[in-house]
Amino acid sequence: MIYSLLVLSSPASGHGARTAAAFARCILSRGHQLYRVFFLDAGTEVGSSVAVLPQDEADRLRPWIDLSEQHGVELVLCISSALKRGMLDENGSRRHEKIGPTAHPAFIVSGLGQLHDAAANSDRLITFGG
Amino acid sequence: MKDRKTLLVIVRQSPYGSSLARASLDTALAAAALDQPVSLLFLGDGVLQLLPDQHSEAIGVKNIGRLLGSLPLYDIESVYIDAGAAARYQLDTKDLVLPVKPVDPAAVRRLINDCDNVIGF
Repeated sequence: MIYSLLVLSSPASGHGARTAAAFARCILSRGHQLYRVFFLDAGTEVGSSVAVLPQDEADRLRPWIDLSEQHGVELVLCISSALKRGMLDENGSRRHEKIGPTAHPAFIVSGLGQLHDAAANSDRLITFGG
Repeated sequence: MKDRKTLLVIVRQSPYGSSLARASLDTALAAAALDQPVSLLFLGDGVLQLLPDQHSEAIGVKNIGRLLGSLPLYDIESVYIDAGAAARYQLDTKDLVLPVKPVDPAAVRRLINDCDNVIGF
């Protein structure tokens, strides 16, 4: 089965984002496909390469980087949500004249069309958190 | 896009309590812009988004009511409102920012069941 995920929760609050990453690993380990993970609203904070979390807590970015590097999972941050939260890729940081990119390069910053494309091309779209 | 699945966007957020309210509308509008059949269902506190006469400039954010009022221009198939929540908030469903169809819990279940995709906010 082909899945796509929509992540609405911030990695800094609640456990929706963490559950989404665990779900992603689980469906891949069971032989399903993961077409795309789309991050919207506070979910876009998942892609931050500059967030500093307590050392005695689990790394909240690493599970997503692993999904991208080991399984080629496409990770997309909604551009309007991301910009508001200071999540910029290389291009965005130049265009908006900010000090530099803040989104990890494993993430693509793009529009909501990517969410609807994912829904159209997947058997299941699963939403996490809010 | 491969095919045209029907989408139901469920909105449960009050208009100015969090950024999710705006995110849910943006999601519905993007679907409509891509010619995807989309319906909106306002549940619980979400019904407050439909109140006329919102003055969001007082808190420096865009007016959700005005944005919702423009939905008929975007070919959004249908807009439904939780009749129970509308009654609790004493909303007159004929005097909201756009025409809505009141639905009871059984109709909500049917709506969710009949759609290919549901995105809940």
